[in-house]
Amino acid sequence: MAADPEERTIRCLVAKVGLDGHDRGAHVIARAFRDAGFEVIYSGLHRAPEEIVQAAVQEDVDVLGISILSGAHDTLVPKIMSGLAEYGAAEDTLVLVGGIVPDEDERELKELGVAEVFGPGASMAEMIEFVRANAPERR
Amino acid sequence: MSDDGTGTATPQSDDADARDPLVADLLAGDHRALARVITKIENRAPGYRDLVSQLHPHTGDASVLGVTGSPGAGKSTLVDKLAEAYRDQGLTVGIIAIDPSSPFTGGAVLGDRIRMGSTVGDMDVFVRSMSARGSLGGLSTATADAVRALDAFGKDRIIVETVGAGQNEIDVVKTADTVAVLVPPGSGDDVQMLKAGILEIADLFVVNKADLDGADRTVRDLREMLDYGDGGAPAGAGHHGASEAVEGYEVDDQDADVTDGWDRPIVETVAKSGEGVEALLDALAGHREYLERSGALEEIRRARYAEEIRTLLREDLHDLLAAEIERRGGLDAYASRVQAGETDPYAVADDLLGPLRERYEAEAGGE
Repeated sequence: MAADPEERTIRCLVAKVGLDGHDRGAHVIARAFRDAGFEVIYSGLHRAPEEIVQAAVQEDVDVLGISILSGAHDTLVPKIMSGLAEYGAAEDTLVLVGGIVPDEDERELKELGVAEVFGPGASMAEMIEFVRANAPERR
Repeated sequence: MSDDGTGTATPQSDDADARDPLVADLLAGDHRALARVITKIENRAPGYRDLVSQLHPHTGDASVLGVTGSPGAGKSTLVDKLAEAYRDQGLTVGIIAIDPSSPFTGGAVLGDRIRMGSTVGDMDVFVRSMSARGSLGGLSTATADAVRALDAFGKDRIIVETVGAGQNEIDVVKTADTVAVLVPPGSGDDVQMLKAGILEIADLFVVNKADLDGADRTVRDLREMLDYGDGGAPAGAGHHGASEAVEGYEVDDQDADVTDGWDRPIVETVAKSGEGVEALLDALAGHREYLERSGALEEIRRARYAEEIRTLLREDLHDLLAAEIERRGGLDAYASRVQAGETDPYAVADDLLGPLRERYEAEAGGE
């Protein structure tokens, strides 16, 4: 309604990239996000970085949550980040990585533009709070 | 434009200089701009109406297919296969996949995209997931506008996919030129359920998962129902004036099938393997050809615009009145006065609408 234009729904893409069949975490997060009132698009398993980029651009998501438990984050995430940049989507997409990421790698990912890395033990409330606080303002 | 009381609706000028940069980018083929425009449409963000207005002159070339059916009927998988087939023909495709949202939190998991793996990585297939967002009526407006954005972008084929559960969804598929209703096999009772509403809007039926037991039966049931006439109920049952009722039926029947010259086909598919997709494409092309030949295409598009104007007016008038009521102290104050016996609901409505009515009457008299 024109009366309350600020009724914005946060859209998220929960993505599984690469050869990694462990999707329980991604499912749990998708549900938690849904229950927080977000619109969640789930990518399904074994997606290539280009597919994730395509989905993120077309769906115009505010938040891209990448779940990687295979340890391949340092090759897959850069591809996604440069793909987003190619479409001019890197700046106003909040990119989160979930998985087992060593501190050293976490620094590198953040330099690439990843907003936060959530490891084992991160709480749902913490993540939802982070998304609410950091979801990019849109033009 | 809303203040334009002259009675002549002026279209947005299609002046390239006056274009919103977002519209210019969209028309230039920028995927990001298309995605952002659809977001604004969905959010009803400030200024979205101007965007849609500016897109309007660039629309009308795409053919729009609506796909509906019960959950698990295989809609997304079939849409995926259709998109693949269109791409093989060198056509570009836009898909709007609508899923329900939670009435409690407004949240949703939009899962249709998972099934659309055949064309992944191909940017000439633009898939957009939308949630119903619990907005009554608003969904069909948003869908129509999103279709318009895809059309203006230059998509040749646009597919709108939605769960066919209620009136809302029926309104949504009405934004399509052709409506395909999916019926899974073994759904004898579902076929019965189809009678109410969905049957009438179908231009063709798809019995998907045709490799399962019961597919033949479902096809037979459907065929029988179509042969009976649109209502699907045996004529005469429960009617007193039997002959009259039967006659009424035949008129209906003619309206739908005979006069229109379109005999609604039933296509069997196995979406997973792609079996029957060719036949479905033929049926869709056949319906398109029929629409153009008979002039029905012009007619349904005109009816659709009329419906759209009606919906917009209803929403705008609602907003206008809501603001006015607020200005006058809120609806509760009026309700309390009614309760106290000072006035009645009809007088209140008259009072609120009076200025509008006077304005219109003055205009009608002045000309």
